[in-house]
Amino acid sequence: MATEPRKMSVRATIASQFERVAREQQRTLSPLSDDMRLVHSGLDSLSFAIIVARLEDSLGVDPFNAAEAVEFPVTFGDFVSLYEHFAK
Amino acid sequence: MPSDRRSLWEAITAFAPPGGRLHGARGLVALADLAQGSSLSGRLEELRGRSVLLLVKDQLAAALAMLELDGVARRLVLCPPDIAPQHLPLVNERADIEAIVLETGEPLPVDSAAGGAGRLCLMLGRTLTPLDRPRRSTCATEWILLTSGTAGSPKLVLHTLASLTSALAISAQQTESVAWSTFYDIRRYGGLQIFLRAVHAGSLVLSEESEGVTDFLARVAALHVTHISGTPSHWRRALMSGAAGSIAPRYVRLSGEIADQAVLDALRARYPEAIVAHAFASTEGGVAFEVRDGHSGFPVALLGGGGPVELRIADETLRIRSAGTARCYLGADAEPLRDQDGFVDTGDRVEERAGRCYFMGRRGGVINVGGLKVHPEEVEAVLNAHPSVRMSLVRARSSPITGAIVAADVVLAEHAAGDAGHSLPGDLTRELTECCRRRLAAHKVPAVIRFVPSLELSASGKLVRPIA
Repeated sequence: MATEPRKMSVRATIASQFERVAREQQRTLSPLSDDMRLVHSGLDSLSFAIIVARLEDSLGVDPFNAAEAVEFPVTFGDFVSLYEHFAK
Repeated sequence: MPSDRRSLWEAITAFAPPGGRLHGARGLVALADLAQGSSLSGRLEELRGRSVLLLVKDQLAAALAMLELDGVARRLVLCPPDIAPQHLPLVNERADIEAIVLETGEPLPVDSAAGGAGRLCLMLGRTLTPLDRPRRSTCATEWILLTSGTAGSPKLVLHTLASLTSALAISAQQTESVAWSTFYDIRRYGGLQIFLRAVHAGSLVLSEESEGVTDFLARVAALHVTHISGTPSHWRRALMSGAAGSIAPRYVRLSGEIADQAVLDALRARYPEAIVAHAFASTEGGVAFEVRDGHSGFPVALLGGGGPVELRIADETLRIRSAGTARCYLGADAEPLRDQDGFVDTGDRVEERAGRCYFMGRRGGVINVGGLKVHPEEVEAVLNAHPSVRMSLVRARSSPITGAIVAADVVLAEHAAGDAGHSLPGDLTRELTECCRRRLAAHKVPAVIRFVPSLELSASGKLVRPIA
């Protein structure tokens, strides 16, 4: 239970970064539900690259460059879980 | 060396297994039908001995024209579909263009820019029309590829079919038919390599610029593709699409950017039965090697080996010499493409660690964002024009999604720094991003802006650029 607030904040940070980058890139972002597929999010590769860089700055982790092999996330829920796993 | 003296069509006739096809997003052509049919509307002979500019959008149309014009045209210039119209006069002049091949219904791209007076313009047909005589080859066609130069204008790189096919080990009739596909456009070096492999070995499924990755992979799956290539960025996008599992290739190839361990591991996990290979090639240098051991970088043993491709490192960058290197750049004032010993400098920095060589990015600070080049100076010029900016340094930051992204370190002018105090000036970040957005392509806009108190200058007063 003690970890819940922290997890919320990772999720909130990610969601706000998705929204901000979508705005900057003038893309229409789909509603951020856990089962939304990233391919249907409205964001392109460049948008994801920007999001991952900024999350590394704000959360201090880049799960894609972690020592352990990671499964590439397919849904928004996967994406959040990945960061929650590494942002301990 | 399948095509030493043969034209591309003759090589396919001699070596390719029967049943080869080219699949576009909107249609397909059986290679065998090209024995009697032509896409050039009965005007193939008018292009014999000429310097021809291939200016079409559709990849299938381009593929057919390449198959028909090798051995016929004196010179064949391959324009990628996104060429900027303002670069056409330069291409025209440097390549001494005499004829232009366009798609039916496609308007001529402005008068003097491409279709100037006296030039033959020829529309590709939508269907094949009968050839009035058997195909015959009368010259060794020069193949010209375009690559981006430092000032943004293209460089014209001269290859021959022999140099383009030197990495193909086909010397006898192929018995097993292979189905290839590539995320690349076949008018760029990486894609052209796959096109040439595919037509010698079976079939090819071409991508389509406007098609999403899910739709493309659905076609790849439906056509039972066995061999498929793309950049690490293409593959990351495929892995994140959720559709990567719909295909079952036996061979997965990465090239065109640095393949990091994460993408190699992810592909290995996704396609446990497949060979996952990363290759290094450049338009000027040709294909250098392919690595199949699943690790990023390449074994140091490849340097100085006595094989057909010679590699060495000089001044930190990888140099290549082989039968696959290009001959020269076209143009009266073009710089030399090879050094005195015949080696091509790839501009890719390589570092050796524990018996393995790793790519460390480009010399000269050129940033490769998902295969698109960014010159830092161009971005710095936009940032520096802002009244709150004293100076800036634009650099590559590595990205697991696009290989690299653009990052900027900004030193504020005194008045702006005073206003901002010690807090992060978020409004200014947004304002600078907006400024860049108005004046630069999306991939050139800094993804991350950091405010720093100063930037290091060298003794000669120049910005000290980070090496990585």
